[in-house]
Amino acid sequence: MKQPISLIVNGERYDTLCQPNLTLLEVLRENLQLTGTKHGCELGECGACAVLLDGEPVLSCLVLAMECAGQQITTVEGLARGAELHPLQAAFADHGAAQCGYCTPGILLTAKALLERNPCPSRSEVREALSGNLCRCTGYLQILDAVDAAAQVLREEQR
Amino acid sequence: MSQIEVPVGIVGVEVHSEQREVPDGTPPAWRENASLKQVGKPVPRIDGNEKVSGRARYTSDVVRPGMLHGKVLRSPHPHARIHRIDVSEALKMPGVKAALALPHLLGIADDGSGKTTQVQSVRYYGQPLAAVAAQTVEQAVAALSKIKVDYDVLPFVVDPTEARQPAAPKVFAQPVIARGSAGGGGSKDKLNQVGNVRGPKRSVPRGREVEKQATQVTQALLAGPQGVRATYKTQVQTHSALETHGVVAEWSRAGDELTVWASTQGIFSVRDELAEYLGIEQSKVRVITDYCGGGFGAKFGAGNYGVLAALLAKEAKAPVRLMLDRREEHLAVGNRPGSEQTVALAASTDGKLTAIEVKGFGFGGAGAGAGFAGPALSMYDCPAVYVEEFDVFTHSGPLAAFRAPGHPQGAFALEQAMDELAERLHLDPVALRDKNDTHPARREQRKRAATAFGWQNRTATGQGPRTGKLGEVRRGSGMAQGCWYHLVNVDSRAEVRIHRDGSVEVLTGVQDIGSGIRTPLAQVVAEELQIPIAKVKVTIGDTRLPPGPGSGGSVTTASITPAAREAAYAAKQALLKELQAVLGLDKVPELTGGAVVGLKAGKPTPPLPFDKACARMRRTEVLGSAVRELDYGATANGKRGNFLAQLGGVQFAEVEVSTLTGVVRVLRIVASHDCGRPVNPLLVENQIHGGIIQGLSYALFEERRLDPKTGRILNGNLEQYKIAGALDVPKIEVLLLEELRGRSSTDASGIGEPATVPTAAAIANAVYNAIGVRIRELPITPAKVLAALASAGK
Ligand code: FES
Ligand code: FES
Repeated sequence: MKQPISLIVNGERYDTLCQPNLTLLEVLRENLQLTGTKHGCELGECGACAVLLDGEPVLSCLVLAMECAGQQITTVEGLARGAELHPLQAAFADHGAAQCGYCTPGILLTAKALLERNPCPSRSEVREALSGNLCRCTGYLQILDAVDAAAQVLREEQR
Repeated sequence: MSQIEVPVGIVGVEVHSEQREVPDGTPPAWRENASLKQVGKPVPRIDGNEKVSGRARYTSDVVRPGMLHGKVLRSPHPHARIHRIDVSEALKMPGVKAALALPHLLGIADDGSGKTTQVQSVRYYGQPLAAVAAQTVEQAVAALSKIKVDYDVLPFVVDPTEARQPAAPKVFAQPVIARGSAGGGGSKDKLNQVGNVRGPKRSVPRGREVEKQATQVTQALLAGPQGVRATYKTQVQTHSALETHGVVAEWSRAGDELTVWASTQGIFSVRDELAEYLGIEQSKVRVITDYCGGGFGAKFGAGNYGVLAALLAKEAKAPVRLMLDRREEHLAVGNRPGSEQTVALAASTDGKLTAIEVKGFGFGGAGAGAGFAGPALSMYDCPAVYVEEFDVFTHSGPLAAFRAPGHPQGAFALEQAMDELAERLHLDPVALRDKNDTHPARREQRKRAATAFGWQNRTATGQGPRTGKLGEVRRGSGMAQGCWYHLVNVDSRAEVRIHRDGSVEVLTGVQDIGSGIRTPLAQVVAEELQIPIAKVKVTIGDTRLPPGPGSGGSVTTASITPAAREAAYAAKQALLKELQAVLGLDKVPELTGGAVVGLKAGKPTPPLPFDKACARMRRTEVLGSAVRELDYGATANGKRGNFLAQLGGVQFAEVEVSTLTGVVRVLRIVASHDCGRPVNPLLVENQIHGGIIQGLSYALFEERRLDPKTGRILNGNLEQYKIAGALDVPKIEVLLLEELRGRSSTDASGIGEPATVPTAAAIANAVYNAIGVRIRELPITPAKVLAALASAGK
């Protein structure tokens, strides 16, 4: 039986009908057509589906959509500041941190949560935070560099 | 024909100029990158914004009105005979709109049993048999369980050593051949086949005679005076691209035209395979790939899933999306085959190789062509080289091309053998290679990388620095090298359109699998037309465009950037001719410094900037079109996939090995590579980093495991099948050569494949240097390290 559900994604309210056993990933992608969030395994192993739930990174393939009602969900579509890219997005584009780009949305959101918690992370803290996000194309180093660069921009904005 | 001068040589070492005869209308050669404005610069991807914003559309993101979801029924048995597949009950399930059996199987070695009959044999666990399309994925999955298959379950073998036994259950009753893909692989040779063992395939360097080389190798190995012989084993690796394989298939209302969105590295190979399989004209199949989440060799052709989706869509009269799940990825869409290779080297006492012999087996499951001969055949100047390869078939998923097919395996064995030989001869491993490898790029790479790495500080085997509380952590360094080929797809075509407002389009049917081909295309066109990159709009990823190369074999940049430059050059000539007429100039004007200048009544006209010049056109646009064709007069004729020149690559690794836990950590890799003219050093470096990490992951972590008792996969996921993550990455330093060879109007070669070839061997050599025990089997797991230490009494 489909049930009504209302989700707040990137500050906007979406009302939809879905089976109660659908994951947040499925509802985002299939019901709300927010396909920026990717799936690589649907088993919690790759990190491609990471989104923020009230600011905390979660694997959307492991969360039921029903559980997320009322919480603030952030996906890659909600990162940009209007027409301008978020500093993390800009740094990823500039550093070549997105090759095929498939892992990128999940990594961007995981990194955003890290930088909100810890605006000045060490390299090993960044590695640690991203250790659940697999990327098969890059060597991760450009990703780490991009997170560093974005952290710096964000810190400067804070001043 | 006209004469041009082309620069040839390694920039910073020696560059001279050569005379070439080229067809009229060929653009002049570019000088080294330092003299250019757009080419050779580290330009970030022009589609970066799409990728970081979530707007880039991958196949799994495609939604079509009324779209259904497809799921594949796979065999639960590794070996069986099929009597009947009955989908009638599945069709009655809720939401189900179509269900059907796979007509014939793709991707497996071909035993001639034909494409006319229904699939009658199962030869691997996970083999696709049938499929269902339903309104939801769940409904499709539920319906799969209602498909009835009558199997005769047969004995099977998944262990390659057992498969070699005469009494082992046979995978194929008849001798087989295998079709390759644009990414390599395949084995068309008609070879002897006994039981599950097919071969030998005997090979020697080009231009030499097999029998003579075989004899000469045997004699040299007997004569010595110095030699090594050892057996090396490599595992089965799966491609594990983050986006799984899949398509969305949709037929026109009349049911005679098919559009397919595919996660592929070859839109044209998907089109051609579908047209052939479905018996429709190529012009009636359109394949679209905006973005693809990685392929690494496994995403050529339509695949069984693609065929099933097309057939389901036809039957259901509705679009069907069929994406594989992670487990299916490991099971049934290709892998890098395992191998067991015995390498024997002989050398004079001063270190000149006198013989290279490699004999061994490749384990490509139900696929043929699991070779590893490349490095042995092409890397060293040795008077006697002989390779003998056998395929060993097992009841497991077939191999596919995988980033430099055969080479990481071959290099793992050959480059460790070279290390062993160096030790035997009391020679430095770099010096041994200097004596035996005259390839100019690799010579320079060894020099540069050794210096950057600090190779002169390398300590003797087992004598490196010790750290850890008990001094249990040992450090070591090693190096290895690889080769690949300057491959080109000569019928690649590009079109450049210059519009009246000064904007420019380049159109070609390549696809981006992550390497970022849109950006070099924009760069070469911008360079030729002297305009900013932002003025160039690149359109790719659609078979309605002029044919582009498949993204495999590291051919893309080498194939399509010259065509794009030449198309831009042709469009420019058309523009200039048009301006001559419009402006009434004495002769065709020139584009220089971003502006058009000419002569009118003998007097120079004021410079007209590019966009103002375009505005003077009477036509809506001017068009240039060019085909890749010849290699700038360097060779008489370029054939598709012709081996025109060799690429190099040398990597140095520093590792730390814990003798208590057996854990190997790679601390540092210094990699020096060449790819002709690097059109975009940022993207080249991206590729090299990615290649190194895949090589590291291959060296230390990855291994597809099958259960010998059931034939099933034990680690069909990304948890137990571990690929390197952010915590595993070493420091990487890339030293890129700019090597001009006068091979085309852009002189670019590929880099994706060579970057991954030497890594595992370099790491293995470093592990040996650290602990003094050689590990000849991949992956180098803690258990293997501890066992090796124990058996050496260390
Ligand atoms: S799709 Fe959720 S972790 Fe892989
Ligand atoms: S860029 Fe392709 S998976 Fe990360």
